[in-house]
Amino acid sequence: MSQPPLLEVSHLRVEFPTRRGTLLALDDVSFSIAPGEILGVVGESGAGKSLTGSAIIGLLEPPGRIAAGEIRLDGRRIDNLSPAEMRRVRGRQIGAIFQDPLTSLNPLYTVGQQLVETIRTHLPLSGTQARERAIDLLRQTGIPAPEARIDQYPHQFSGGMRQRVVIALALAAEPRLIVADEPTTALDVSIQAQIIALLRRLAREHGAAVMLVTHDMGVIAETSDRVAVMYAGRVVEIGPVQQVIHHPAHPYTRGLMGSIPVMDEDRERLTQIDGAMPRLNAIPSGCAFNPRCGEVMPRCLRERPELMSAGATRAACWLHDAGAAA
Amino acid sequence: MLAFIIRRLVQAVIVMLAVALIAFMLFQYVGDPVTNLMGQEATAEQRAQLRADLGLDKPAAMQFARFVGNAIQGEFGLSLRQGRKVSTLVGERFPATLELALVAALIALMLGIPMGVLAALRRGSWTAQLLMGFSLLGVSLPTFLIGILLILLFAVVLNWLPSFGRGELVNLGGWATGLLTVDGWRHLLLPAITLSIFQLTLIMRLVRAEMLEVLRSDYIKFARARGLTDRTVYFGHALKNTLVPVMTITGLQLGGLIAFAIITETVFQWPGMGLLFIQAVQFADIPVMAAYLCLISLIFVTINLVVDLLYFVVDPRLRADRAVAAH
Amino acid sequence: MSPVSDAVPPLSAWRRFLEGDLWYSFRHSPVAQIAALLVFVCAFCALFAPWVAPHNPFDLSTIELADAQLPPAWLPEGRATFLLGTDDQGRDILSALMYGARISLLVGLAAVALSLLFGVALGLLSGYAGGHVDAFIMRVCDVMLSFPAILIALLIDGVGRALFPHAHDTLAFTVLILAIALTGWVKYARTVRGSTLVERHKDYVQAARVIGVAPLRIMWRHVLPNVTGPVLVLATIDIAAAVIIEATLSFLGVGVPPTSPSLGTLIRIGNDNLMSGMWWITVFPGAVLMILALSVNLLGDWLRDALNPRLQ
Repeated sequence: MSQPPLLEVSHLRVEFPTRRGTLLALDDVSFSIAPGEILGVVGESGAGKSLTGSAIIGLLEPPGRIAAGEIRLDGRRIDNLSPAEMRRVRGRQIGAIFQDPLTSLNPLYTVGQQLVETIRTHLPLSGTQARERAIDLLRQTGIPAPEARIDQYPHQFSGGMRQRVVIALALAAEPRLIVADEPTTALDVSIQAQIIALLRRLAREHGAAVMLVTHDMGVIAETSDRVAVMYAGRVVEIGPVQQVIHHPAHPYTRGLMGSIPVMDEDRERLTQIDGAMPRLNAIPSGCAFNPRCGEVMPRCLRERPELMSAGATRAACWLHDAGAAA
Repeated sequence: MLAFIIRRLVQAVIVMLAVALIAFMLFQYVGDPVTNLMGQEATAEQRAQLRADLGLDKPAAMQFARFVGNAIQGEFGLSLRQGRKVSTLVGERFPATLELALVAALIALMLGIPMGVLAALRRGSWTAQLLMGFSLLGVSLPTFLIGILLILLFAVVLNWLPSFGRGELVNLGGWATGLLTVDGWRHLLLPAITLSIFQLTLIMRLVRAEMLEVLRSDYIKFARARGLTDRTVYFGHALKNTLVPVMTITGLQLGGLIAFAIITETVFQWPGMGLLFIQAVQFADIPVMAAYLCLISLIFVTINLVVDLLYFVVDPRLRADRAVAAH
Repeated sequence: MSPVSDAVPPLSAWRRFLEGDLWYSFRHSPVAQIAALLVFVCAFCALFAPWVAPHNPFDLSTIELADAQLPPAWLPEGRATFLLGTDDQGRDILSALMYGARISLLVGLAAVALSLLFGVALGLLSGYAGGHVDAFIMRVCDVMLSFPAILIALLIDGVGRALFPHAHDTLAFTVLILAIALTGWVKYARTVRGSTLVERHKDYVQAARVIGVAPLRIMWRHVLPNVTGPVLVLATIDIAAAVIIEATLSFLGVGVPPTSPSLGTLIRIGNDNLMSGMWWITVFPGAVLMILALSVNLLGDWLRDALNPRLQ
């Protein structure tokens, strides 16, 4: 990769000060996304995937806050910007898509009004030009008869259509990066494939990189170039998607891949990982996965592994520590 | 939508009939209906005559029907206390109460909504805490006490404003208004403020709570994620969504102003319907009580209806054009 | 590796309370503590007025007209025995405050208790019976909610007066308490109904019916923990509201009988004498009323925030 990364997250640490102590929600998370690349971020509920997205766009819910680390967009730090500056980044440089299209749209405004206001906030277009652009965006996202539907209210669209509108809104100001947080989870299975294909196609056409957060490995396999696996607020494995799927290096990733039914492979039963992901206030010392790991070593209980090279991917696991004795 | 209107109208009529029933029972069974209609100075013959005329021997249902018929025409007999026709009395007093209530409503809205928005946007700040403290006071201080304290301060100690009566009035074809004279306004100011405070606090709390709720919603988060300016997010999106439910509840509250006026009118000796009602309660003047009850119910029911229709106008989800199927 | 079963002795209710969120919240809220203190002081003085008050303002034999219209003790003409001054009849204001607060609080508490019982019962009935009964009760609730409390109270009071024109004190009090109680029951009914509806559809209710046990009794045991919190909050704020309504009614002359003046009556007396400059007859009862209502409201607000699971 000779191009400098578009997004670079370094040692990000997100805390939640509560009445009973500080909870560590993201612990030393690092990854990067190249321009035009689609990075999938996968993990169970509570692993910290959505939080990472929120932190990147600067919309962490208080009392959550970034305690350490850096987030750079095109080399420029964005985690320490003033609210006004961050607002300009949002929408224009980074677009966002959230999970539930029904609640993402304001029910009292037409789709067109919401599109036009987004466009005109970031681009110096007149009302007519903005409307033209809005209609065009709707057409691109596959909404039929956009000239008519632009003046309709969100409740007049079906779930899949609404998410297309949301995608149009995210693309409205031509952002370089789109953070998509579970964009298909709330949709019917039959629609999911369409929407995810649409997202992928539009991202390529507009030259936008995508950070695709989901718990659905199938979606990742379909769309992503690379994938990062998160567990208990940490990145445990990251690499090209085919490698992670077929040659997972981290025991957790292996468990994940083994738990997905695959049609062309002959397998007796799906693997199951005993136990559950630890809660934020009870994360084990050392490697967070050690209570559930089938290949745990004494070292795993004491020292926390960093991401290290493990074949074609990078994994945070002492199994791949080239220089150490077992 | 038409079906909805008809249903609400039917409900309104039912409520009015129920109220009329209560008023009727007051009339018939609490005290003597003949006395209620004729006053206390009628002779025995007049009473007997009226009794026959009224058909007091007829079944209760018929008497009720007659009562309703009379009520619709505003005929409630004579006031026991004053001996004059109830309808005349009410007619004289109505403008005073209405003007008072309207001005108070205006004050409550024009101050309450901005204060509520401010308290929500600047949550946790000194401004917000001050506003919430003020609202707590407003709820803990009974209206009459506020009135008395205002009188004490502005009329007795400072001697800036008068403490009772309506002042100079202008007669507009039967409607005696105090809004056209400076003196009228001077008299109106303290009572209107007193009356508005309780509603003001309620509106402020409501707006704040609703706005806080709205600010937590997904579409606000998405609006922020799209980089919309704070002004657009707060006043374009959040405020509009806040005001829709607030507006309807507020409409209902404002109807209550007319009833709350009872207290204010007593404190300031404001010659309105509320004062009339209180005197009726003290005196057990049934006809006046019954008339007041019916009139107030009519006002409430009407306001309820208007508010329901307003909801239709404002919320596009209710106006859904069912011809356009979602696809 | 199987965990060894930990044998921890169950904590007593008191200990559980001390370590619970509620006490934690209270300890960390100076506002709640001050409010609780104020309420306690008022309640104490009110409840034990006959023993705590320096005079008995309603014992006619102890009142002398010569003592009338004295200002508070710190003003030139005041006297130490009448700390807050006297009214136009020579009654000590401080004592009248305590006795008045007593009446106000008793009426308020009785009204809220009655309101609570009535509302909870109706809510249970409505939620359990369902169908037409439920619809009817809810309609009544809706209608009652659209009328302001003061109007309902005035109406019932007025009707009471008309029905019993020469009522003696106890009856007058009963009518008053009833009037106030009927203004506030709706919110309890709604809360309990909601919870009952949820429980009614659960399996154990069907099972109880099959066995032949009255499901109502079992349901109540499940409904109760769910509604205790919200009902408590409602009741607290309701007490403040009830005291204010009573004061308003008494001020208007249609509340407590004149022989047992409450704070509202005192304020009315003060109002009548406002122009003659005897401000203390109005201001002190007003202040006590305000402090009482304010403290109870603050407590209610704190309680609601402390019990709200969403704010944890």
